[in-house]
Amino acid sequence: MTTPLLQVENLRVEIATRHGDLVAIDDLSLSIGEGEVLGVVGESGAGKSITGNAILGLLERPARKTGGRILLEGRRIDDLDEEEMRRLRGRQIGAVFQDPLASLDPLMTIGYQLVQTITTHLDIPRDEARERAARLLAEVGIPAPRERLDSYPHELSGGMRQRIVLALAFCCEPRVVIADEPTTALDVSVQAQVIDLLKRMCRERGTAVMLVTHDMGVIAEAADRVAVMYAGRVVETGPTMDVLRAPLHPYSRGLMASIPSMRRAARDRARADLPMIPGAMPRLDALPRGCAFHPRCPVAIARCARERPPFVPAGSSGGACWLVADGASGEVPAHA
Amino acid sequence: MSETPEGADAPDHPPAWWRGDFVHGFVRSPVAIVSATIVAMLLLLAIFAPFVAPYDVRDPAKANVVDARLPPRSTGMFGDQYSLGTDPQGRDMLSAMIYGLRTSLLVGLGAIGLAAACGIALGLASGYFGGTIDAVIMRAADVQSSFPAILIALLIDGITRTLMDRATHEALAVPILIAAIAASFWVQYARVVRGLVLVERGREYVLAARVTGVRTVSILFRHILPNVLGPVLVIATINLALAILTEATLSFLGVGIPPTQPSLGSLVRIGNEFLFSGDWWISLMPGGLLVVLSLGVNLFGDWLRDALNPRLAS
Amino acid sequence: MGFMIGRLGQTLIVLLVAALVSFMLFRYVGDPVNNMVGQAASLADREAMRTQLGLNDPVAVQFARFVGDVLRGDLGMSYRFGQPISDLLLQRLPATLELSLVSILLAAGLGVPLGVWTALHPRSRSAKLLMLASLAGVALPTFLIGIVLILVFSVWLGWLPSFGRGEVVSFGAWTTGLLTASGLKALVLPSVTLGLFQMTLIMRLVRAEMQEVLRSDFIRFARARGLKRATVNYDHGLRNTLVPVITIVGLQFGNVFAFSVIVETVFQWPGLGLLVIQAIQFADVPLLAAYIVLVALCFAIINLIVDILYAVIDPRVGAAQLARGGHA
Repeated sequence: MTTPLLQVENLRVEIATRHGDLVAIDDLSLSIGEGEVLGVVGESGAGKSITGNAILGLLERPARKTGGRILLEGRRIDDLDEEEMRRLRGRQIGAVFQDPLASLDPLMTIGYQLVQTITTHLDIPRDEARERAARLLAEVGIPAPRERLDSYPHELSGGMRQRIVLALAFCCEPRVVIADEPTTALDVSVQAQVIDLLKRMCRERGTAVMLVTHDMGVIAEAADRVAVMYAGRVVETGPTMDVLRAPLHPYSRGLMASIPSMRRAARDRARADLPMIPGAMPRLDALPRGCAFHPRCPVAIARCARERPPFVPAGSSGGACWLVADGASGEVPAHA
Repeated sequence: MSETPEGADAPDHPPAWWRGDFVHGFVRSPVAIVSATIVAMLLLLAIFAPFVAPYDVRDPAKANVVDARLPPRSTGMFGDQYSLGTDPQGRDMLSAMIYGLRTSLLVGLGAIGLAAACGIALGLASGYFGGTIDAVIMRAADVQSSFPAILIALLIDGITRTLMDRATHEALAVPILIAAIAASFWVQYARVVRGLVLVERGREYVLAARVTGVRTVSILFRHILPNVLGPVLVIATINLALAILTEATLSFLGVGIPPTQPSLGSLVRIGNEFLFSGDWWISLMPGGLLVVLSLGVNLFGDWLRDALNPRLAS
Repeated sequence: MGFMIGRLGQTLIVLLVAALVSFMLFRYVGDPVNNMVGQAASLADREAMRTQLGLNDPVAVQFARFVGDVLRGDLGMSYRFGQPISDLLLQRLPATLELSLVSILLAAGLGVPLGVWTALHPRSRSAKLLMLASLAGVALPTFLIGIVLILVFSVWLGWLPSFGRGEVVSFGAWTTGLLTASGLKALVLPSVTLGLFQMTLIMRLVRAEMQEVLRSDFIRFARARGLKRATVNYDHGLRNTLVPVITIVGLQFGNVFAFSVIVETVFQWPGLGLLVIQAIQFADVPLLAAYIVLVALCFAIINLIVDILYAVIDPRVGAAQLARGGHA
């Protein structure tokens, strides 16, 4: 097991509202090693993006971190002041967000934005920075990179823009990159290219990547390990293949069962519909007692409604479920 | 096989409106309560002017010129009490202000009502008929919205003044003023209504109904008009303050309400000449009342817009 | 380019409509002949006069002649002043323009920085105070502001004059009050009155725009890249804010034009605004008609300039027409 590059320990994030504080992230722990891609998957509202923002130090009012530690290469980064954190961002920790058009300042050329980022963190002269920018554009597969430096974002296609966003994220050679739904806003045909690019760039540099998405297909493609989130907690982690084939947590099982699969369709020809997990993820102000998932869980027992299951490691995996704690595990069921 | 989790969302029926967020927000917001109270009080004052005002200032013959320009809390030649003083014609300021308030509210509400009615009608026509009608109406709207309200009202009033002789114009002054001010405000309503019509036209139930032969017009009326009320109300409250100020400004300039009828704006104008003589109350008191009125309406309108907004978004 | 032609076409239509209204007013209201010939003239004389003036020609011809006259700068004679209107307008124009320009500079010069400041420090006490004070700008009618200022600074303190332009210096057709002490003093109260409302408007606008911009994704991404706060707020934030703000400030020029009518009345400022009020009060039809054409022209030009400015500043505008069917 490589020494983790990024460690999150017992993170707790609360959101202040008129009716009191809501817990958005509850006792979350994860770690990513060098050159590893950790997929963080879950429904909208599960807290994936908030986790990313917390790591970047970009939590905005009314959300704030109220507990836990975040460590980069063994050093704490969650207690730094704003200026120190700013220096980390872009230089040690990079970010890629969902909508590439919205991520780029519409009034400035690509070159300007790249050079600006490079010269903020690295002490190199302007024309050298421009050279570097052009080389980066070439690396991410932008044709005619030198000319493109003078283009504006709206002049390019969505796929090209996301490549540029990747270039911006990697331009100062960060150790960790947080990619928050990087392919969601792209055409399906372009998604695969961008994912490949991301994989390649982090392999070559040994960057740790936290890949946040709700798309299981992307996870299967790109992630080495995966962490499943539900209602602000991690309910399962493990190597991607393990979690895909033999999920420990009933929620993960439901997720995996709901992935359309050619093989399974051929096998269960009688069944035409895709299994769904009934119900919806609870809102933060209406979290059930005990396990947050128990109202929708097909195998819930009495204990699940009373006590919240802690996260129990099981080898290189782990799950937060009483059934897992008691040693049970299962395969993907025929139907939920 | 799933129970509803404890504390999860209630089913989709919204609570009765008096229990809903709107009233709840109203009761909680001091700004809303204060501004609404002020506006309500002024409204009552205006409606019951003949009963509340100590003197009837509508008839210029009744004023005692002898009592001209008395400061507040004076007694006139014949023992009349003037709590807020008198103007150069001997009219009691308090009464003049109350009647002036009445004029302001009458013209303001009338203008906004007319503007809303015309705007809604034009918006419906524009959205429903589309094509050339839509293009023409929207072009007119674009052009007109680049001109400030005061200029439009000024020019319309000016033009009508040249078209008829003085006597007729004076008799028709109030309706003309209402029409002139309304002419500068219809655009917002038209645009909002047109937008709603376009949205509804594309809805599936409308298309389904058209296929089955139900007249689109009746659908639009049954579904659009109720939805329109919310946004229209918000726009109207915000516009009301501006309409009132526009009337006051026009009267101040001498091209609004004729000087024989009481109006807050013309009172200020009359008082303007006497500032240097130290008779400040003739200008400042009606001015103060105007400010209170416009602030009250403005604050309430702002609060209303914020309160209705999340609901409008859904 | 098609965009430009469309805008020009629209402008022309507006001008023509204004000219038509003006023409109708001029031709059909009152009787020009009566004013020129007097009561004692016989019917035959009047008819002769009519033909001589071309009043018996078909309407279209008369309209064309009217437009031709306007383009040549001949706007007729004022009933009340007995002078050619174009002379009158030129006489009064510098006063109004000077007042308007100074007010806009004041309004933008104070409004933009204050707006930026309240956007960057929304929770500070001064920000809340400023927002409250800005409410006054919206709820107080301009004429009242003028009167209160006169009361305080002219009547009670006696520091500044309450009417007129003070001493003015002429440069050919132009007269300016900026070069004399009395001229400058006379300019203060009117321009503050005119500018106050605009300033609160601009301040609120800049604040709202900037807050909106600061919430956008590219700002978040800029922060995520570790750019310095000043860079994020000003280089990225302010620049994007100013684009819509500049266009609105440009349009405000038209507003200022309208409100100058009020301010000129309060302060007896000898500009175009005062002229039109007098025109209305004395039913000086030719003057009113000419004013309508002038106003339409000014607004049309202002709008055109603002649109061009917007297209120049924002690289997306030209492309917006092309990208209609393109990317998401």
